[in-house]
Formats: sequence, C-alpha cells, structure tokens
Amino acid sequence: MSESILISLDNVTKRYQSNTVLEKVSLDIRGGECIVLLGHNGAGKTTLIKLILGLISPSEGSVCVLGFDPSKERANILKKGFGYLPERISFYESMTGMEVLRFYAKLKSTPLDTCDDLLERVGLTEAKNRPIQTYSKGMKQRLGLAQALLGDPQFLILDEPTSGLDPVLRRQVYELVNSKCAEGKTVIISSHSLKEVEAQADRVVIMDQGRVVANGSLPQLYEQAQLQVNIVVTLDVQYTEQVIKQLSGLLATVTTSKGGLSIDCSVTNKMIVLQKVMSLGDIVDDIQIKLPKLDDIYLHYIGRATHQVETLNGEQL
Amino acid sequence: MKAIYILAAKELQDGLRNRWVISIILILGSLALLLLLLSAAPGGTVKASVLHIGVVNLTSLSVYLIPLIALMLSFDALVGEFERGTMLLLLTYPLARWQIIMGKFAGHLLILAITITLGYGGSALFSVLYIGGSAGWEQYALMMLSSFMLGAIFLLVGYLISVLSYDRSVAIAVAIGGWLFFVVLYDLALLGVLLAGNGQIISENVFTILMLINPTDLYRAFNISSVTGSESITHIVGVIKASELNLTLIISIFFLWLTALLSLVIWRFQRREV
Repeated sequence: MSESILISLDNVTKRYQSNTVLEKVSLDIRGGECIVLLGHNGAGKTTLIKLILGLISPSEGSVCVLGFDPSKERANILKKGFGYLPERISFYESMTGMEVLRFYAKLKSTPLDTCDDLLERVGLTEAKNRPIQTYSKGMKQRLGLAQALLGDPQFLILDEPTSGLDPVLRRQVYELVNSKCAEGKTVIISSHSLKEVEAQADRVVIMDQGRVVANGSLPQLYEQAQLQVNIVVTLDVQYTEQVIKQLSGLLATVTTSKGGLSIDCSVTNKMIVLQKVMSLGDIVDDIQIKLPKLDDIYLHYIGRATHQVETLNGEQL
Repeated sequence: MKAIYILAAKELQDGLRNRWVISIILILGSLALLLLLLSAAPGGTVKASVLHIGVVNLTSLSVYLIPLIALMLSFDALVGEFERGTMLLLLTYPLARWQIIMGKFAGHLLILAITITLGYGGSALFSVLYIGGSAGWEQYALMMLSSFMLGAIFLLVGYLISVLSYDRSVAIAVAIGGWLFFVVLYDLALLGVLLAGNGQIISENVFTILMLINPTDLYRAFNISSVTGSESITHIVGVIKASELNLTLIISIFFLWLTALLSLVIWRFQRREV
C-alpha cells in the first residue's frame, strides 16, 4: 500500500468527436493496490482502462505508467507485465482453447507448459481441444481469464470479469483476485455489480458520466457519504411514547412503525443510540440494524453527481 | 522478429484450416493445367514450346485471378479483427503495431508462395513430364515470381482497405471495386483516352508511364516481353516498347509500390484507435 505510484492519470479528458467520454480525470494507482472501478455502463470505466493500456491516447492531459506514456511503442516492454481481460472477450473462433492460449503465451514469451495449469485453474481442461466456436459465453470468459493470468502479471486489469458467469464461477473469480492481491499484485477491476467487489477493494473509484465522483477506501466513503444507519426496534406499542421521549436528545430521527420504532441516525452516532436502546431493558423484544450497503454508497455518490450537474446547468441558465 | 514469426505462423495455420490454401492451389493448379494442355494443342505455324505459350496464356489469367485472391486473403485481416474484438486483446500484448502488419503480411505471403508454387509449379511439372518439353521454364519461373510479386502488392492494397474500413461489408465492397479498377477499368479508360484523342490528348510517353504505374499492366508487360518474339500481343501493353522494359525498372516500380503501400498501411494502423 505504501508503494510508489505505478499509474498516474493527470487531468485526462477523452473525446470521440464531440462526445466527451472522460472529463478531467485524475487518478493515482500505487503498486499492490486493489482498485475497484464502479459505474453504470457508459460511465467511462472501459475508456479509462483503455487509456491505461495505451490502446487509445487522451485528448487532453497525460497518462503515465511506470514513467512511460503507454500509447507509445516504447512502452511495449511494460506490456509483458500486464494481464488484461476485456469487457467483451472474443477469440479466433476456429482455434481450440489450447491453441489460443499457447498463441498468447508465445506472444508474451511465457513458458508454454504453464498453459495446462492455467486451463485447469479456470476449469477448461475438458474443453481445451475443442474449437472456440463451440464454447459458451462463460467458457470464453474463463479462457479470457486464463490468458490474462499468463506470465503471472504484476498488473491485472479485469473489465467486468464476472459478466456471464454463474455464481459459483463468480466466487472463483473473486477468490482468484483475492489471491492475486495477497501476492502483492496490482489489480483493477471494473464492475457494476456492487456487492461482490466489496471484499476485494482497497479503494473504490466511483465514476459517473465520465468523471470520478468518489475515490477512497470503503470506510472513508461511508464516512464522507454520512449515510444513515437504520435501527428497527420491536417493542410493545404501549411503550412507544416513553421510548421516543428517551431518545429525543439524540441526533436521530425516530418514527413509529408497525410493531415498534424505526430509528435513523448517522454511522458515527450508531453506538450512542444503540446503548440508549439497550438500556431500555426488557421492554425491547428485538433489534435489527441495517447498515448502509455499498449499493447505497454508490447510489449516494451517483445521485450527488447528477444533482451537481443539474445545479451547474441551472447557474448557466 | 519473434512476434512476426508467431503471427505469420498463425495466419498460415488459419489458411490451412479454413481451406483457403487448398482451394487456391486447386484453382490455380487446375486452370494452369488446362491452359498448358490447350497450349500443347497444335497451334498452326507457331513453333514454340508448351511452357512458352503457357506463360502468355497464364499471364492473361493470373492478372485477374492473383489480385482477386490476394484481396480476398487480406481485406478482412484488420477490419475483421477490430469488428470481432480480437484486435483489442492482441494490442495489449507486448508487440508493436507494425509487427502485427508485418506478421500478417509474412503469413499471407507464405500462403501465396505455397499456392503459386504448388498450383502453377505443379502444373508445369506435369506438363514437362507428360506433355514434354522443358524449354521456356525460365520464363515460366519468372511468371511465377512475378505472380507472387503482383499478389504481394494486392495483399497490401487489401490491408489498406481493411485498415480504413470500419465495417467488413464495406471493406469487401471496396476490395471488389479496387480489383475492378486496377484490372479492368484502368486499361479501358486508358484505351478510351488513347482512341478518342487519337494520340493528341496524351503522348505515347505519358501513356507508357501511366501503363507502368498500374501493377497489373506492369505484370502483363513483364511476362509478355519475357517471352519475346511475341508480335501477336493482343493487349494494349503491346504499345510499350520492349526496350523500355528492363528488369531494374520493373523491380524498382514494384518496390516503390511495396514500400509506399506498406508505410501507408502501418501509418494508418498506428493512428487507428480501438
């Protein structure tokens, strides 16, 4: 985590004709970090990844990977240390899984005997001698993952790695990502499925309409968002008035609900409120605590971003 | 160098697998054999060997066929990979863009070399063994070599179309248009200008230069003049005086085309975004 900056984007803007897909994005990625890029389709995640890989050049600003501009041919030496899984993977359909993997292994100057292990690891051993055109979407995705892992790359970029995979395979993918993080590799995952990536992320970068709207570790984002914790207290109706009075001094919103009370308070106030509720003793039948989820954080930042755009437009008018 | 070799081997393997190689061998071989057999038929007072006449006949066939085959091999090479998405992944691997072009080019050249050697060479061998007479084999070999060179130029024309297209169906339409232009329309237009102007619009020298610019006419002129004594050239390349056709000039024009097209393709490919 304390390692030096590996990738640095400085005020990067990318336009296709008049269409701005990234706007003034600045981002630093350190060695060994696991970064999760979150955003809707079209938020600019894939464009950001393509810029880092040097597949496209920025319209403004600069991208720097280990001191190189990745879009220049000189940066080719970097690419040996890259592993990349594209969002929509496609292969040469007439080749078999094994042939494809060996082809890429040769291009990466990786020993060919690792191919068998990799195919085994992604569960394609049985299908390795069949042409890709007979593969399902999930199998192609797994083969894509295998090629991304060729040569044990220091830097892994997975663009929506779990799309098209069943739940079991999704878990395998995330286990794999975890093990890569544990090995000290730098990992970037883009996703719009939020719950799965929660455990992996050292840092979450939320993107919306081509801009970075949030960037920080999960606890930081929780704190910044000041999301409310919802505590549902089940108790006998006759005590409600009494309890509301007792809680009135706290920074919490209390509403009556079916069979009890619903309390909303900030994350930082959570413990104080809970202690108060616990001190009520026997009259409380049950307590349920609903912590804000990553989804809520995501929606919070996306929501705020939309709001900002609106006010900005308002001012212009 | 290694990357180029890997890509070339893959192109060759693809060509073998999708039966392009075998189909081209069969097409070239059977047509060459047919023309050689026809050349062997008693041809009046002309005393020339089978291979000699074969060169003349085969030239007028190859001039249509070789560019077409080369374009069909190459029009899809880049646009197809962009469209299917395989280019995106390939470009993240440690190889330069020019190496991708050179690798594909080397692979396709290999396919051309194999098919021309087996198709044309095989027929010639059959002719020498069973019809008789190996006289003229040098000219025949030169015809094979020049067919290969013609093919190389049209492979690059195909790549250029491929790198400029954003749609495979457009690429194939442009490729066929390009073929029609170089092989048919160009000559017709020149002939039209020549006949209509009665030599007034363009001088004979300009005409010769215009003729030599087009690689297909260069190919015709080269092969027909190599089988000299061919007073009976029926094509308009007959206008070109044999003295103007030295090997250095022809090879220079060929390499000019080659380098110009190759640099153009690489330049466009380097600018293209995924």
